[in-house]
Amino acid sequence: MNASGSQAGVVTLSGLDELWFQVAGTRCNLECAHCFISCSPHNDSFGFLSLEAVRLALEESVCHGVREYYFTGGEPFLNPELVDMLCLALEYGPVTVLTNATVLKPTWLDRLQRAESEGVYSLEFRVSIDGPDAATNDPIRGEGTFDRAMRGVALLVRHGMLPIITMTRTWADADDPGVLTAFRRVLAEHGCERPRLKILPRLLIGAEATRTCGYTESDHVSARMLDGYDQTQLVCSHSRTISDRGVHVCPILLDEPGSLVGDSLSQAPLEFQLDFGACATCYQYGAICTNPSTSAYESVGEGGA
Amino acid sequence: MRLAFLGGIYSNHVALDAALHDARRRGAEEVFCLGDMGAFGPHPDRAVDTLREQDVICVQGNYDDSIGRALEDCQCGYTDPQDNLFAQISYDYTLANTSSEHRDWLRQLPKSLDFERDGVRFHLCHGSPRRTNEFLWESTTSTAFLDRVMEPTGADVVLGTHTGLHWTRQTHQGRRFVNVGVLGRPANDGKTCVWYTLIDLMREANGGGVQGRDGETVSVEFVPLEYDHGRLATEMRAERLPEEFVETIETGWWTTCLEVLPSRERRRGRC
Repeated sequence: MNASGSQAGVVTLSGLDELWFQVAGTRCNLECAHCFISCSPHNDSFGFLSLEAVRLALEESVCHGVREYYFTGGEPFLNPELVDMLCLALEYGPVTVLTNATVLKPTWLDRLQRAESEGVYSLEFRVSIDGPDAATNDPIRGEGTFDRAMRGVALLVRHGMLPIITMTRTWADADDPGVLTAFRRVLAEHGCERPRLKILPRLLIGAEATRTCGYTESDHVSARMLDGYDQTQLVCSHSRTISDRGVHVCPILLDEPGSLVGDSLSQAPLEFQLDFGACATCYQYGAICTNPSTSAYESVGEGGA
Repeated sequence: MRLAFLGGIYSNHVALDAALHDARRRGAEEVFCLGDMGAFGPHPDRAVDTLREQDVICVQGNYDDSIGRALEDCQCGYTDPQDNLFAQISYDYTLANTSSEHRDWLRQLPKSLDFERDGVRFHLCHGSPRRTNEFLWESTTSTAFLDRVMEPTGADVVLGTHTGLHWTRQTHQGRRFVNVGVLGRPANDGKTCVWYTLIDLMREANGGGVQGRDGETVSVEFVPLEYDHGRLATEMRAERLPEEFVETIETGWWTTCLEVLPSRERRRGRC
């Protein structure tokens, strides 16, 4: 039963398609005003993952048939072992790293470019920039971060990467086309001629709950709402997240004690009850964590995965 | 024994005629098609006519499901508004120009097909064994994942299409996945040819590769197919299909639906 009094929906893990690593814990060099897990230079509530922990999880993931690996934080590149981790993960499958692109070093990118070219799998960079100009981005992500991130994008492009730019919508939905057009223009000015753009909804938890407002009792996913719904749109139906505390149901609910579901992938239960307001955002928008290349949805009338 | 596998016709009836001729000239005993008969090209009924007249064994793609049931879109799941705009132009044209008889035929096609030849078990699907419209790109599909989704089929060889780019990999469990490519448009490589796949089942087992239960070795050959692409381009212009589509046929470079490409595959292209 959730806060609104109706029976909360329950989602069963249909298969472990994506494995997320909370590799920098909640440590970030930035302190974004909308961060859903309130990452900052001082937030140590979740710690760094070690290379050994990542190695063990990668080995365990093989028998689960994991399709691809995501590395997130905080800012993943603050973890001094990250480049080693990414190179190792590329031996197991495709890798995506979510970064603010403000701390990238050419020597790291040289090595990563080499590691990707020597294998068969892709290395994707997802860069968070929350607006096509400093006036939109900087109030959210911090003074000067737009220019720093764009320099990071230019560095990635010079290393042959085609970054995916993700932006959290802090504007009206109707303004999306104009924002995307402006983004394409400014990215092209920085050498990024082939951007892939992904707009993310705001998650009203963590710092964002303070900046604007949190979820209310009406924000929930009931069991009835899952009738006929394509559950593959929910992250928890096909992924899990590894932090320094254990296995979490998804990368969004990290701060919720109820999101910690086990010590290892094999021991974690398959079912998860959608007790949280953020589940309603995931339900409404769908596939908010996956890359564009893996966002296929269930065909109409087709059975689940 | 030699088998031919075609994917993603996208109404390219000119390439379909050429592929069927080429495959039979090369000794293919059976020809299979993995779906998406319409889209992109002109006169969708022509390709379906050919498939039916020549008894090509077909499975249903997401496009065929949509056209067959007259759904609102092609179920490709593009994420970019511009890609969706072009996809909708193509879909509306294809739906309007597919006869009701062909729509009935598309609707009744199976979503997958299992069969055995010379002791080798095959599973045919459109996207992946678990989902018709799932993109299995070479660079974003781990081998462990392939084993997971192929295992329930019990097949030695699983074949799909859907992405438009051909590739193959042997898995840890000794199965083989083959994306057979598409006849509908070039492989985003600057060449005007399109691709289909031949599979040979050979008795001369040399110890390597996937083998069926009778010891037959499976050999995969991707075939680049030259065809009269100029004729197709002329027909597309006459039908007032988007010039961006025609450009792809004439240059071999994709101009639309690029947002879903992983970076590795996209880097090989021009746009």
